[in-house]
Amino acid sequence: MYVSYNWLNQYVDLGGISPEKLAEKITKSGIEIEGIEYFGEKVTDVVVGHVLSCEQHPNADKLSLCQVDVGTETLQIVCGAPNVAEGQKVAVAKPGAVLPGGFKIKKVKLRGVESNGMICSLQELGVKEKFVPQEFVDGIYIFQDDVEIGQDVTPLLNLNDAVLELDVLANRADALSMLGVAYEVAAILDKPVDLPTETTNSNESEDAKDYISVEVEANDLNKYYSAFIIKDVVIKPSPLWMQNYLLAAGIRPINNVVDITNYVLLEYGQPLHAFDYDKFASDKVLVRRANDGEGIVTLDGQTRKLSNDDLVITNGLVPTALAGVMGGLDSEVTDETSTILLEAAYFDGTTVRRTVKKTGLRSESSTRFEKGVDPERVKRAGLRACYLLEKYAEGKVLQGVSEYDDLDYSEKTVVIETNHVNNRLGSSISDDEIAAILSRLQFSFEQDGSEFTIHVPTRRQDISIFEDMLEEIARIYGYDHLPFTLPEGTGQVGALTEYQQLKRKIRAYLQGVGLMENRTYSLISEHDVNKLISPEIREQNPVPIALAKPMSEDHKYLRLSILPGLVRSLTYNLARNHADVAYYETGAVYISKEEKITKQPQENLRVAGAVTGNWVDHKWQGEVKPVDFYVVKGIVEGLFEQLKLTVKFEQAKLEDMHPGRTAVIKLEDQVVGFLGQLHPILAKEADLKETYVFDINLDSALEAYENEPSYVEIPKYPAISRDIAFILDKSTSAGDVKNLIESVGAPLVQSVEIFDLYEGEHLETGKKSIAYHLVYQDPEKTLKDEEVEASYQEIVKAVESQFNGYVRS
Amino acid sequence: MKEQLEALQQEALAKINDVNEMKNLQDIRVAYLGKKGSITKVLKGMGKLSPEERPVIGEVANNVRNAITEAVEEKAAELEEIALNKQLEEETIDVTLPGRKVNVGGPHLLTSIVEEIEDLFIGMGYEVKEGPEVETDYYNFEALNLPKDHPARDMQDSFYITNELLLRTHTSPVQARTMEAYKGQKPFKMICPGKVYRRDSDDATHSHQFTQIEGLLVDKNVRMSDLKGTLDKFAKHMFGEDREIRLRPSFFPFTEPSVEMDISCKVCNGEGCSICKGTGWIEILGGGMVHPKVLEMGGYDPKVYSGFAFGMGPERIAMLKYGVSDIRSFYTNDIRFLKQYHHA
Repeated sequence: MYVSYNWLNQYVDLGGISPEKLAEKITKSGIEIEGIEYFGEKVTDVVVGHVLSCEQHPNADKLSLCQVDVGTETLQIVCGAPNVAEGQKVAVAKPGAVLPGGFKIKKVKLRGVESNGMICSLQELGVKEKFVPQEFVDGIYIFQDDVEIGQDVTPLLNLNDAVLELDVLANRADALSMLGVAYEVAAILDKPVDLPTETTNSNESEDAKDYISVEVEANDLNKYYSAFIIKDVVIKPSPLWMQNYLLAAGIRPINNVVDITNYVLLEYGQPLHAFDYDKFASDKVLVRRANDGEGIVTLDGQTRKLSNDDLVITNGLVPTALAGVMGGLDSEVTDETSTILLEAAYFDGTTVRRTVKKTGLRSESSTRFEKGVDPERVKRAGLRACYLLEKYAEGKVLQGVSEYDDLDYSEKTVVIETNHVNNRLGSSISDDEIAAILSRLQFSFEQDGSEFTIHVPTRRQDISIFEDMLEEIARIYGYDHLPFTLPEGTGQVGALTEYQQLKRKIRAYLQGVGLMENRTYSLISEHDVNKLISPEIREQNPVPIALAKPMSEDHKYLRLSILPGLVRSLTYNLARNHADVAYYETGAVYISKEEKITKQPQENLRVAGAVTGNWVDHKWQGEVKPVDFYVVKGIVEGLFEQLKLTVKFEQAKLEDMHPGRTAVIKLEDQVVGFLGQLHPILAKEADLKETYVFDINLDSALEAYENEPSYVEIPKYPAISRDIAFILDKSTSAGDVKNLIESVGAPLVQSVEIFDLYEGEHLETGKKSIAYHLVYQDPEKTLKDEEVEASYQEIVKAVESQFNGYVRS
Repeated sequence: MKEQLEALQQEALAKINDVNEMKNLQDIRVAYLGKKGSITKVLKGMGKLSPEERPVIGEVANNVRNAITEAVEEKAAELEEIALNKQLEEETIDVTLPGRKVNVGGPHLLTSIVEEIEDLFIGMGYEVKEGPEVETDYYNFEALNLPKDHPARDMQDSFYITNELLLRTHTSPVQARTMEAYKGQKPFKMICPGKVYRRDSDDATHSHQFTQIEGLLVDKNVRMSDLKGTLDKFAKHMFGEDREIRLRPSFFPFTEPSVEMDISCKVCNGEGCSICKGTGWIEILGGGMVHPKVLEMGGYDPKVYSGFAFGMGPERIAMLKYGVSDIRSFYTNDIRFLKQYHHA
């Protein structure tokens, strides 16, 4: 809502407070001022002049030579504007005037002819282009005929006005009107409000009821409808001051009738609509729900298809307006209009809101109906418009009004008690202070000691309970005046849950081993949504969850994997010549198995990583190693070690992954994720070099975590180690052999470590040699060589029989 | 014989003194003290001495032997030290060459900020609660006093999936769920960080996905001044002890009274500059006293219980605290951006 300072000053004596100071006070009391814009700047020695004659300049085609009467004298002025003409009343900067920007007007000679001043455009007078009426953008400003010659133009053109931009939130519909803002400012400044005139001087014998009757069929959506009749209006421009105030509020002046309805809309917050009575073509207003499929051509020339949800004004036969949203083209007020049917009504906000949503026709009117208008001001707004039409459109206002009235005008009552107020605010406001605040708000009340029974005026639809009144009192009292205290409350202990601690631990671990945390979007494209999904999710046949109305194709589906986002991060960096990147992210993926989703999806917390480029990069030492499978596997192994969990890795072929360099991760035979090399085709598509990824179901891992630290005695007896190298088939996996050694060697074998892998020369083709380092230990006694030897032989036999392997000699 | 021995001693000590290499030193030792050494030779003639002379010469011989042995050992130690020093000198490296860099990652700036705020409130006795990002219309709106068709729903255009399911537009549904879980019985204080989504086009100041942290305290006799005091602690912790806070009335459907909190502008110290748009204040968060309807829907009797709630955006806090100028930077994951703040 744009509020003109000068206009506001008509209702509340602002006492010369600066616009900035006023803005700060309003902001601190609850309505944020988002900005102040000056209409123009105050100028001196610029007056209204009358162009007595206007001739072509003798030496210049594009200049005119004018004689201009400025009241005290007649000045010869050379003017370059294309629209200057004899008989006009214009703004003249006399010699000695200083225009905005420090431009001084002097007597000069232009192309050999004396020029004693300047005829000004509004822009030259400092008016911002947005406030300049369209027809004067490219030339000088031309006044209406009734202005007095020689008059100072500053007040006439509202040059010294400031426009405050109020950010009115959903609850303060009352502040969407000048009167509402006036009540607010009056409360802040502790001043009275001067109300506008609403009484006409009309002594017409005819009654509006003779011309129009009102019937409301949809009486659940329309609680009040009034129709006024104004005859013999003269359509012409509205007075300058009204045009200026409309411009300040961001509304383009059109003609006096339209301007008056807009002016009253802004003044009272009550939308009005003027129909051309003759074109309305009926003596009856019927308000009803639209019929399904019914149509109307609205003022903007568009044909609108209506349905039973829409409320329409009809002439008994066809719709003539979309109630509260926009009028119909057929009954529009034009230059030929002479009799006006003026509507002031109270329409249901929800209905207006639905129609607006459907048609996209949000307007100053619909916004106010949506947020709720003041019942008490509906008819008064009609009367106010009649007064203005009589005064500025020479209209004859018929007596009486046709109306339907089922409106609730009752004021809500809220009872408050001083102690209760202070207990909730932590304040120590006195009874007298509360009474004073209520008076400033112009709320009527009865006081019984410290109990106040408050009658909330209908303009404040937002106030209905104690807490609402609490806010009113607190904000006028001043939030600044409340003390700083801390809650007394019970001594709840604050701590992270184990789950939350583990999440932090996992992040700290991954960061410690060199991965940088990412934040990517949960909403991804159709292209990405089916990529790099972990097998335990894929086997559930999840249906990607799509937004009903996405903003873009890039962010349409909820992700089923973090990895596509991470791959995009890598691509982004590679495109900027950062080739070595190691990233991870923790976050949810969203799993739904329903073809048409009805339930909240499962939100599965995962941790995923993607690494590309060099992992070791010690250049001058000559140690540069690109990331490989085992780098990422080491990171994953360490992660599960942090959680004290044993996992298995099994060779796997997965979509989007390198068929020979991919493993699934199993925790007690359940797949909990995967790792491996991104399929080279996918990598190429993303402009990446060799890239390794992992994706782990963190929910499953954290669920399996058991935090039962128990002390294990440090062995007192010495350990014995043995190394064995086996010649094995190439296809035999090192891990399987290791598992066998562990199980055969139990319980004496404490650890088995692979320390060498050899393939090639001196070995049969199709064979490889793997060397294991075994550590034996008995916690109870010193091991004997014979015991170790026996176990060793058992292991050799087992490997022989199960894997056809033999000891390399 | 005594003279002979003493002469040998003189001679040996002189040679030892002149020696420069370990090998030569050993040769000298052998030449005097070895089985065929000159001292040994002399001593072989001991048998010819009279019984009176024997002990005297014996002692002299011992002294000579000890003196030479000692001199050899001393010299050996000296030579070893020289040799070691020489070796160490040769092992000198260029310490200005770069070290083997250990790759260390780091948290995302938003995580750092979220954890800093979590830790602050944990210190004040708050729990950390989490909830689903795909929410029902009920928890996201209705339980927060935003019935269907409420005009305030326009304030946050939402990503709906179906008529009943949407991406949460704030973390407030976690508040509603927490109240419900405590069945209207238990006083509590919690904060809930998380991802939220709004139907915005991404630009420098808007992001369709962003982060929020909200707080909620429900107890008997909670006052608005408690909210003010709590927020003051928060602001001073996050932005510095010298910041001042200002509460302004505002509107949220789930609180009444509602507040918006500004902190005094750090750049101009409240004088007014381009950062604070000349006002001297910068908006940080919103909050208020929990609306009685919200308490009621959460199962708490508003006649017995009251509470306060607040909510803030870590992106905005990061932008103000570190001068990040484009909100999209948080989601493009440019390594240069992430590295700048990973110590934060």
